[in-house]
Amino acid sequence: MSPETSKAGPQSERWLRRTVTLPYVWLLLFFLAPFLIILKISFADPVVAQPPFTALLQWGQQGFEGIKATIENYLFLFEDGYYAIIYLASLKMAAIGTLLCLLLGYPMAYFIARQPPRRRQILLLAVILPFWISFLLRVYAWIGLLSNKGVINNFLISVGLIDHPLTMLYNDFAVYLGILYSYLPFMILPLYANLERQNLDLMEAAADLGARRWQVFLDVTLPLSKPGIIGGCLLVFIPAVGEFTIPALLGGADTLMIGRVLWDEFFVSRDWPVASAVSVILLLLLIAPILWFQHHQNREQEAGR
Amino acid sequence: MKRRSPLLLSIACFGYALLYVPILSVVIYSFNDSRLVTLWGGFSTRWYVSLLSNDELLAAALLSLRIAVVSATLATALGALVALALHRVQRLRGRILLSGMVTAPLVMPEIITGLSLLFLFISMAEVIGWPATRGATTITIAHITFSMAYVVVVVRSRLAALNESLEEAAMDLGGKPVAVFFDITVPMLLPALVSGWLLSFTLSLDDLVISSFVSGPGATTLPMLIFAKVRLGVTPDINAITTIIIALVVVAVVTAAVITARRRPAAG
Repeated sequence: MSPETSKAGPQSERWLRRTVTLPYVWLLLFFLAPFLIILKISFADPVVAQPPFTALLQWGQQGFEGIKATIENYLFLFEDGYYAIIYLASLKMAAIGTLLCLLLGYPMAYFIARQPPRRRQILLLAVILPFWISFLLRVYAWIGLLSNKGVINNFLISVGLIDHPLTMLYNDFAVYLGILYSYLPFMILPLYANLERQNLDLMEAAADLGARRWQVFLDVTLPLSKPGIIGGCLLVFIPAVGEFTIPALLGGADTLMIGRVLWDEFFVSRDWPVASAVSVILLLLLIAPILWFQHHQNREQEAGR
Repeated sequence: MKRRSPLLLSIACFGYALLYVPILSVVIYSFNDSRLVTLWGGFSTRWYVSLLSNDELLAAALLSLRIAVVSATLATALGALVALALHRVQRLRGRILLSGMVTAPLVMPEIITGLSLLFLFISMAEVIGWPATRGATTITIAHITFSMAYVVVVVRSRLAALNESLEEAAMDLGGKPVAVFFDITVPMLLPALVSGWLLSFTLSLDDLVISSFVSGPGATTLPMLIFAKVRLGVTPDINAITTIIIALVVVAVVTAAVITARRRPAAG
């Protein structure tokens, strides 16, 4: 091998190493820096001004005069039990929504993975297709179905099953349904990828040795699909905790979810320091699942190679 | 093992019904003549006709399309570079930080991304005087940032399945890295780049929360306009827009699926 050929690899590496600086700087500026700023503002005092908060670093005639920070915004969140209740309620709603997705998504993924290859492609496409249609509009579609004079109530009344319309919209039920409906594809895809990869020989061997179908499922398939379950659940749970659109359109006045409270704190009360503190705590709550998800993604990436 | 399970089949049918019944009901009611959205008043296309004269809506749709095209293109370019660097460069400085920053937006609550970006833009305006006003530009920057993450995922999985000997051969024959990149690497990655672009385009076109935060007076995207309307309940003209969007998406996705299905046996 001549010296030139052995340089070929490193040469393209050097080029990549240089050009990747651009997206790197982009992410530092537009992804990481904003978090530092939100952290900074969460320690500031609200004032009636533009922007409506005090500066953290005080600069005077003689230069730097000190740091002006307050933990009042955080104390306010802790003293006011209202926020604690909302955080817990958001976690609970996201957890129940994730469980519903798993309960419906697992059998669906299993069903698809056991079809002949051609049909598998079509069924999978049918799961992905709604994802390409606007999320906002798909959530909106439920309003027409669930409202008191909506499609479902009209149908049930005309059939004679009920006399008075069922209240299905603007409550927690509608939010759960919205989460199940919107996030179902995110649960099915990782589960399907896992179930499809699984070695059928193992199951056949277990069946040949006299295991019942349920037993094979519980002892072989289910434990092997653990990475798919973890991936799918995290992919649903994490964004669902901070969900705004679903509770805003389908939830009732008493549906407490942190995404909606944060939106109101910012757009209605215009209390930016408190809104920042609310998001810092939300992020702290989500940091463990997010790190778990990243670790999981990296491992799947390695396994896929 | 081949015995069919009626339980599994009925669960799957329920799941698919759940996914499609809401969409179908909107499509059907978009052709409803009655203003009372839930009462069937006969077939009509009047809501589609009225869309054409709704200037506010057309302006919002045009703005959304412009932002989506620009942000999808830049996100695809930047995301592909990150994916390549993560895949190819052995000792990349700050690798953990880079891969962290690029996967986090996938699961980051939109509401936090939106709020924090708004604060960044406000701070930047104070310190360096840019951006003086918020609007299409700030929305585009925000969309590029979160779309990049999706592009990286798509391109990385394609890279993992790719044969690198072609590029090595081109390098061995004395190709310049930049030339090899555009002549060999980009064409090989093309399917992933196309799906990354389409994904970014769709996400941008659909984004409500982040746009609402980083937008300013005068810049109203289509989702922002739709949200303001549907907060008050069902309206027939929104049903008509939804149907148009569904039709476009179905045509695009089915075409793409048919093309890849046709190409695969030929390539294999």
